[in-house]
Amino acid sequence: MKALRYALWGLVVLVAGALAYTTFMTPSQGPSTQLAEAYGAPFTATLVAEGRQRPMSRQDMLGRPHVMFFGFTHCPDVCPTTLFEASRWLAGLGADADGLDVYFITIDPERDDAEMLSDYLSAFDPRIKAVTGSQEEIATLVKGWNVYAKKVLLEDGDYTMDHTASTFLMRGDGSLQGTIAYQENSETAIAKLRRLLGT
Amino acid sequence: MSKFSPLRSIGCALLLSAFVATPAFADSAHTKTEHFASTGMARVGDLVISSAWTRQTPPGAKVGGAYFTITNEGDSADRLIGGEAAFAKRVEIHEMSVTDGVMRMQPVEGGLEIKPGETVELKPGGYHVMFMGLSENPKKGGNVNVTLRFEEAGETSFLIPVAGIGATSLEGHDGDHGDDHSKMDHSGHDMKKDDQ
Ligand SMILES: [Cu+2]
Repeated sequence: MKALRYALWGLVVLVAGALAYTTFMTPSQGPSTQLAEAYGAPFTATLVAEGRQRPMSRQDMLGRPHVMFFGFTHCPDVCPTTLFEASRWLAGLGADADGLDVYFITIDPERDDAEMLSDYLSAFDPRIKAVTGSQEEIATLVKGWNVYAKKVLLEDGDYTMDHTASTFLMRGDGSLQGTIAYQENSETAIAKLRRLLGT
Repeated sequence: MSKFSPLRSIGCALLLSAFVATPAFADSAHTKTEHFASTGMARVGDLVISSAWTRQTPPGAKVGGAYFTITNEGDSADRLIGGEAAFAKRVEIHEMSVTDGVMRMQPVEGGLEIKPGETVELKPGGYHVMFMGLSENPKKGGNVNVTLRFEEAGETSFLIPVAGIGATSLEGHDGDHGDDHSKMDHSGHDMKKDDQ
């Protein structure tokens, strides 16, 4: 009986100790000094800007706040209207737009080569850059940014793409600040971009 | 090419003014095609199409969308099943949606139904007529000639006015604010490969 009593007391001490440990030793939940979490993934691709193309990697995007929109040129509505809106954002930001990069990333590299994208973008603000690449390179981007992109077959072997219609707001350190939704009011979008730019 | 010729647009403008000036115009020889002489409107059987518009497309674009309302004044249902346009390889009826940030689009199976007494709206973000395989890009301020095909009422051809690239409606002139862009000359943009 004595042995059992000691064992029980031992158990009580252990439990009390464990409770004390979890109560006093749990890491504090105070203000975090950690860096914001990076979003996306490393990638290589082809940058199309000002009528020229050159290889690029994720590294080239970092250091400056940037916005990323994933779309394709065989798109009747969301993509041209978003690019038009993006042109309006840049105009609305005035000189502050110089601190921002805008990327239109094709999710349809099969049809959207550099030449096609360059032609297409000529209707919009010339500061908007396009990104294309091999199927693998674009797949890495799509996966890295957790973008939805799915081929929908039509007649005659033609196809269209279902895709994420939101614009990603990225900080210079590669972290995600937020998004701009499709058809979001221009003023709201510009206010979000000002927050991203810190202006 | 004739669909975009200035001569044709002038002709349409003249027809339109004739229509405004002469209420009896509907009795003229032009009734044979069963459409109003007014741009963006048409009547075929018991169906009335109105407020039609499309957008200018960016250079090289292969697709475009057109939007309008259809009212069925008859007492039996009809379906918009397709169409034709000289500037597009195919004209399809699509539906589009944006749910949880994802845009989805597909052909409307069996065509778009217009029930008797009802009005169906085709608009950005929803039902639309989709032009595919564009051989020419509609230009803002012009008109495109489009034929729509209905299961019961048959076909009608009419002119659809073209709004700006970013327009969200014909009247909203949303496509006009960015005029400074359309006036920019980007024509010198040849593709060059940078030295690597
Ligand atoms: Cu469509």
